[in-house]
Amino acid sequence: MALPGLADALALGLTEAEYAMVCEQHGRPPNGVELAMYSLLWSEHCAYKHSRKLLRTLPTEGPAVVMGPGENAGAVDIGGGLVCAFKVESHNHPSAVEPFQGAATGVGGILRDIFAVGARPIAVLDSLRFGEPSAERSRYLLDGAVAGIGHYGNSIGVPTVGGEVYFEAPYGQSCLVHAMALGLAPRQRLMRSAAAGPGNALVLFGARTGRDGIGGASVLASAELDDGAHERRPSVQVGDPFEESKLLECSLELLDSELVVSLQDLGAAGLTSAAGEMAAKGEVGLDIDIDAVPLREDGMEPFEVMVSESQERMLCVVEPDQVAAVIECCERWEVNGTVIGAVTDSGRIRLTSGGETVGDMPVNALVDGCPLYDLAPLAPTEPMYAAPDATLDRACAPTEVLLALLASPNLASRRPLFEQYDCLVQSRTVVRPGESDAAVLLVNAIDGSGTDDPAVDRPAMAVSIDGNGRRVAADPYWGSVAVVVECAANLACVGAEPLGATDNLSFGNPEKPHVAWQLTESVRGLGDACRALSVPIVGGNVSLYNDGPAGPIYPTPVIGMVGHLPDARRAGRMGFARAGTSVALVGPFLPTLGACELAKLWGEHLPDGLPAIDLDLVAAALAAVRHGVRSGALESAHDVAEGGLAVALAECCLAGGIGAEVELPTGWPQPVAGAGRGDTGGSDSGDEIFRALFGEGSGGFVVSGSPAALDALAATTPVTVIGTVGGDSLTIAAPGGRIHAGLADLTTANASLKALFP
Amino acid sequence: MKFGVVQFPGSCDERDAVHAASLVGEAELLWHADPDLKGSDAVIVPGGFSYGDYLRAGAIARFAPVMESVIAFARHGGLVLGICNGFQVLCEARLLPGALLPNAGLRFVCRQVDLEVANGSTAFTRACSSGGADSAGSGAQAQHLSIPAKHACGRYYADSDTLSAMTEAGQVVLRYAPHENFNGSVADIAGVCNEQGNVFGMMPHPEHAVDALTGSIDGLAIFQSMRMAAEGATTAAESARA
Repeated sequence: MALPGLADALALGLTEAEYAMVCEQHGRPPNGVELAMYSLLWSEHCAYKHSRKLLRTLPTEGPAVVMGPGENAGAVDIGGGLVCAFKVESHNHPSAVEPFQGAATGVGGILRDIFAVGARPIAVLDSLRFGEPSAERSRYLLDGAVAGIGHYGNSIGVPTVGGEVYFEAPYGQSCLVHAMALGLAPRQRLMRSAAAGPGNALVLFGARTGRDGIGGASVLASAELDDGAHERRPSVQVGDPFEESKLLECSLELLDSELVVSLQDLGAAGLTSAAGEMAAKGEVGLDIDIDAVPLREDGMEPFEVMVSESQERMLCVVEPDQVAAVIECCERWEVNGTVIGAVTDSGRIRLTSGGETVGDMPVNALVDGCPLYDLAPLAPTEPMYAAPDATLDRACAPTEVLLALLASPNLASRRPLFEQYDCLVQSRTVVRPGESDAAVLLVNAIDGSGTDDPAVDRPAMAVSIDGNGRRVAADPYWGSVAVVVECAANLACVGAEPLGATDNLSFGNPEKPHVAWQLTESVRGLGDACRALSVPIVGGNVSLYNDGPAGPIYPTPVIGMVGHLPDARRAGRMGFARAGTSVALVGPFLPTLGACELAKLWGEHLPDGLPAIDLDLVAAALAAVRHGVRSGALESAHDVAEGGLAVALAECCLAGGIGAEVELPTGWPQPVAGAGRGDTGGSDSGDEIFRALFGEGSGGFVVSGSPAALDALAATTPVTVIGTVGGDSLTIAAPGGRIHAGLADLTTANASLKALFP
Repeated sequence: MKFGVVQFPGSCDERDAVHAASLVGEAELLWHADPDLKGSDAVIVPGGFSYGDYLRAGAIARFAPVMESVIAFARHGGLVLGICNGFQVLCEARLLPGALLPNAGLRFVCRQVDLEVANGSTAFTRACSSGGADSAGSGAQAQHLSIPAKHACGRYYADSDTLSAMTEAGQVVLRYAPHENFNGSVADIAGVCNEQGNVFGMMPHPEHAVDALTGSIDGLAIFQSMRMAAEGATTAAESARA
């Protein structure tokens, strides 16, 4: 085979300068196999070359952190000798090409990350973005992605306990599919991926290697999708949850038996990435016999074996005298287990096939040689996004507006989606999707202990995932702060204390200055908010080049946050519980109409900036609500999010199956400081009633409880008693307007997504 | 009283079933490739996607080595409970009449459902009618159970002759309550037993309804019933020997 040159390097996605650097670090021009491997590991997807410098600014340390970024998943200590490992990842580009398999393998990939660190996966959450459901393409992508997530998660016996979905036109071509998983492990089973011990064997186990997904995730995710995207369907991987189920049990058994030195899953860039990462972290070399890799089809070229993204495979390092036991365990679980190489002290990855050396690369050059780029951020002076189509007449009265908001795709009940997922398997699920702002999972479900002894606490974990891209588009810094606050608020509503978070940054092309600005500001906001709320980020993922023909997607940082609560019996509920209890608005909530859901329905342009958020005041409100819930004093808690106070109240009524009578005080809300900023253009005093009822902002909660319980909250955070639970309708009287709607009407409006899943 | 819970590759709910059964007796996993039932007094074939369910739900699992023993155990009168995929496996193995077809809506559905106990005197439901889990609905009214269901392939079907014979013989054990039959099962059937009454299959998951914190405890009655039946059988056998 003729030695490839610059033209081949460019075709594989390297720049001319990068190719020169490869040649220099490699010591000679790479051959075909080597160039294929360099091009993948030096891709955006694997090298994070446009984001790594920013990611270094995020806080990653905290008292509960056991394993931070850099491993397959981060992990936090949850007490009792247990750790919780978790991570979010995106599978955006494959899902935009083939939504069912793209989403399914996204779930499969994140689950492998969890059991690669030795944790048994206990939950999946998803975070989805599509174009408006009025577009046929959006409905196709939604249907396929939801079916794919369900197919994989349901089949492998891991519950899908929560998630979120937004529909916005900028996601029309480039949908986003994020999957988060969390798992539990005894602390001593936690496993790292660094290869170690020259002479140790390298064992590949799991599915056979085929031509599927050659350059799949890594190639797709490192460039913009164009009109020819559907032609790339063959590069989308195909998932097999049954194979993964066996792989999971086999992996955990290997770890329990202490048979492996290190473990790594095969994801994007397949064997190339897995071997490279293991060698780089362990500062060792690896010799790999390509001919030993079990293949699905004959005649695969060495480079195809090395870059294949066939799913459901793992790589481990094993001491020589344990190899037989490892292979035996693989046989029992009916997964292929094959020695494909050995650890060396050469610091090089050497590949042989047919008795010849077909590749020989310094690990440093391959894994860490790629240059990291500085971004060239530039704030836009013109709006980056078109105004949405107006779907609601500005003349509509508050009751009509409430019903329209409850029916809008971004706010409607998610039940038609959640019902397609098994949320129960493993018997940990205390709070099912839609019952609270965060999912609550028992730590000890199936150990037979303490199921009915009220004197024994039943510790639980809470988890939430969030990321409103429209608000980030309006203000990348404060919008991103709001994402972190929203997640923390969700945990507070169930009574959980945050232990750590994982982030996925889905953005457009970072080489475009305005996207670079969005990314830079967003990461700054995430970092500041996480520091202020003491939530370390223990791992995550970046997905760039999410652009369609019409431009970039909304900048979409998605945060998954994990918390702990001492006793699941006191997990907070969203729904109003009992007639006669008082309803209060809690926290430093100051609504504005800018970038809110109502502004979208009115067809308003995004504002240029959102109001600042006082994170100290927010932290105090979070602590007060969390304490009120976990002490059992509050009967319900729900954070005020999309759709503002009126929608939050309606959601409390719907979740509880009981109405409420509310009167907003005169003079509330206060005028917004810095006139115009954060508000829609052309707003006038007639908008004040809409701002009060439907305006959005951070730090607000609707809670219910006894007057004494509400008084107690008022010691540390603003509390305004606004009404009483009871009846079968929601009434909100406000200066300048009134809402009155029966529960049945609210329910009907909120069920609008049913139509998307006939 | 010892429950054996079969574990196929691809089973999902086997640990949940072990946990639920362990609340009323001993429970242990039975490996699919091992025909040894380890002295189980009753066998549970759990939910999940055995062998990936790639051919047809339950179609491959019926050929597993452990299933030969389970089938022989059932033919000799042993108590066998099939839950969800286990129900599908028992139908494929012809231990139970009828078949389970894709849901009417062709989608996987996970939902808490209200069930009516149509026959409260079987070995799997006798604790229901005697108020084992919740006596609130006793009396003339049918006993109700709130138990979650989660499946894509749970639409029970049997031809009309089979159906009338089953109804006549009391083999229709559980029905979905009015408006709860989301999968389109014929005659709202959620669970059936064989003619002898020792093999029972149900689509909803009683093992996921044994802890008030995670939803309900109505599923316990199924396991309590099995214990009562197994111990009654032991007592009867012992007195016969005496």
